[in-house]
Amino acid sequence: MPITISEKTIKSDFIEKVKKLSGQNIHKCFQCGTCGGACPMSGQLATLPRKIMRMAQFGLENEVAESKTFWTCASCHSCSVTCPRGIDLAKVMEALRQLSLRKNVNYVEPSKLPSETVKEMPQIAMVSCFRKMTS
Amino acid sequence: MKISYYPGCTLKTKAKNLEDAALASMAALEVDFEELPRWNCCGAVHSLADDDLIHHVAPVRDLIRAMERGSDKVVTLCSMCYNTLARANLLMRDDEVKRKTINDFMDEEKDYHGEVEVVHFLNFLRDEVGWDKLRSKIKVPLEGLKLAPYYGCTLLRPKNVSIEPPGHPKIFREFLEVLGARVIDFAASTLCCGSYQILANPEAAETVAATILEGGINSGAEALVLSCPLCEFNLSKKQGDLLQKNMLSQEVPTYYFTQLLAIALGLGGEVCRFDLNDKISAELLKSKSLPSCDQAILT
Amino acid sequence: MSDAQTAPAKSTPAQQVATGDRAILPEGAKTIPIYVMGKKYEVPETLTIMKAMEFAGFKFLRGCGCRGGICGACPTVYRKEGDYKLHFGLACQTVVEPNMYLAQIPFYPANRAGYSLDEIEPTAEAIFALYPELFRCVACNNCTKACPMGVQVLDYISALKQGDIAKAAKLSFDCIQCGLCASRCMGELPQYHIAQLARRIYGKYIQPHADHLAKRVAEIESGKYDEILGKLTEMSKDELAKLYKEREREPDLAPLGTWMPQDTQYL
Repeated sequence: MPITISEKTIKSDFIEKVKKLSGQNIHKCFQCGTCGGACPMSGQLATLPRKIMRMAQFGLENEVAESKTFWTCASCHSCSVTCPRGIDLAKVMEALRQLSLRKNVNYVEPSKLPSETVKEMPQIAMVSCFRKMTS
Repeated sequence: MKISYYPGCTLKTKAKNLEDAALASMAALEVDFEELPRWNCCGAVHSLADDDLIHHVAPVRDLIRAMERGSDKVVTLCSMCYNTLARANLLMRDDEVKRKTINDFMDEEKDYHGEVEVVHFLNFLRDEVGWDKLRSKIKVPLEGLKLAPYYGCTLLRPKNVSIEPPGHPKIFREFLEVLGARVIDFAASTLCCGSYQILANPEAAETVAATILEGGINSGAEALVLSCPLCEFNLSKKQGDLLQKNMLSQEVPTYYFTQLLAIALGLGGEVCRFDLNDKISAELLKSKSLPSCDQAILT
Repeated sequence: MSDAQTAPAKSTPAQQVATGDRAILPEGAKTIPIYVMGKKYEVPETLTIMKAMEFAGFKFLRGCGCRGGICGACPTVYRKEGDYKLHFGLACQTVVEPNMYLAQIPFYPANRAGYSLDEIEPTAEAIFALYPELFRCVACNNCTKACPMGVQVLDYISALKQGDIAKAAKLSFDCIQCGLCASRCMGELPQYHIAQLARRIYGKYIQPHADHLAKRVAEIESGKYDEILGKLTEMSKDELAKLYKEREREPDLAPLGTWMPQDTQYL
């Protein structure tokens, strides 16, 4: 699907927020795709991290938000340690999650998890998931 | 040198097998550990957002507890706790501004500057006990066992807390060789198990878990060796679901590295709490007829 | 507080003070300014917040219960002039200070799970399933700082995350369910409800039960004491007084198990 990019679609405040929250210069990305190659979840992703980086560079806030990429990220840092440009992509994904969560919206609802699921999970699964996916 | 031991929440419940085997092994190796008398959940994951300091408070509070005990080192068994504590420690050492903010917020605690060192038990065994000493204590070599060490993410990434210089990790291989096992390296040994996505996106997590397990079997390993209770859940407890969904061809035994250590030290199956593993894990050990532990394993 | 009673009668009015449970201002008692929900009131010093508010004209329909520091109905949050720090206390126990800015928080919304104690599994997992938000704790310790009873709230939440119900029950024993912990929680936990569940499970399933208690309850239920109780209820006041005065008493400091009454018919 073609994406129109113009002066009007580029949300520069979004770009600035991502850069500030992640502490990463997303403009350094040169689209090699090493991140997607290293990502254990790439088979599950409709939008690979390379594309997310490109969208973020162009301030395409809505397109980024509509992708599930940063919600599928497990913060394993495989992308971060392999990026030839030294970008810590895990931090970019965290910034994107935070931009959504800080509107007091949860991605995972602890209260709606089935009892059986909570009972069988190790505590660290819940702690880590809630840290990454609840506001 | 005084050493504190930080267990982590899951080691007190579902991963008691990881802890009990380790504690018995520490005693057998005459290592003087003291569990922190007061500790809280470390938070399991490091906060990655630059302005989000509140989530560093939990691990730093634990490090303060270790400092208060007069400890130089705090040893962990769980990979996630190791990662979270180690990264918070580096932050407190290296980032003066954030350190001040965090210390100021915790006005009821002593200031912390990274005084304590966070060490994973594998590193402790190599660097403080030493492979040679450990080898001399082995009473039940794990002969005939073909084991694939599985590192996962948090022992190796990011680079600044990797338990070994980044590249080709070998500490797990060395450890299992000292125990007398045959070690099988496999490509997926550093792939993420899916981690907390088992709650949010279970299918995605199951897919990577199946890839790892199949990778292990196809490399000729009989079992995977783990150091993280969340990896254990995704790679072991979820196997039933994977088999049912035809994502996995056969059951794969898994052990915590501490269980194999305890067996090799001749401590018997009781301290290993194999009741918390899948049945086939204990059965595999039994089938190897290792001396002095075969009867105890299944009890 | 007893200064008012013991002060010499020749009055030096400036030294007269009100007492903690009396809202009537003695002549010449010193007053201090406090701010209730932002409005300034001059109230006698040494009063409790609750009495000071009543002195100022407030009438408690809610936010007041036992007036004895145990029911948890009057949690109050305050700041002191020029200080960023929040302070917490029970209105019926905390004495007013000059220029304190306060508001009562008689109720704070907190999720309380429904369960049947008879059917619940006495495991940590059962608590996790009812209160999964437990795992949102960030160990900020705001809960402990807010507790007017000095309960180590973070420590009992940590114990629960570690699956230690007994430890959580013991650490939370002094909780009076006021809810200030929940009002300050970054993870939006209802700590005091979770702790109550832990204590209930501990009491019913984990704590050792006294065999002799169960035996005695069974005896009571079987009617063993009905007759003597019936006689007692029919006695006149004088007869009861006589019986009481003439009762056999175990001597003070008698070594354990060495004393038996002469009359053993009701044992």
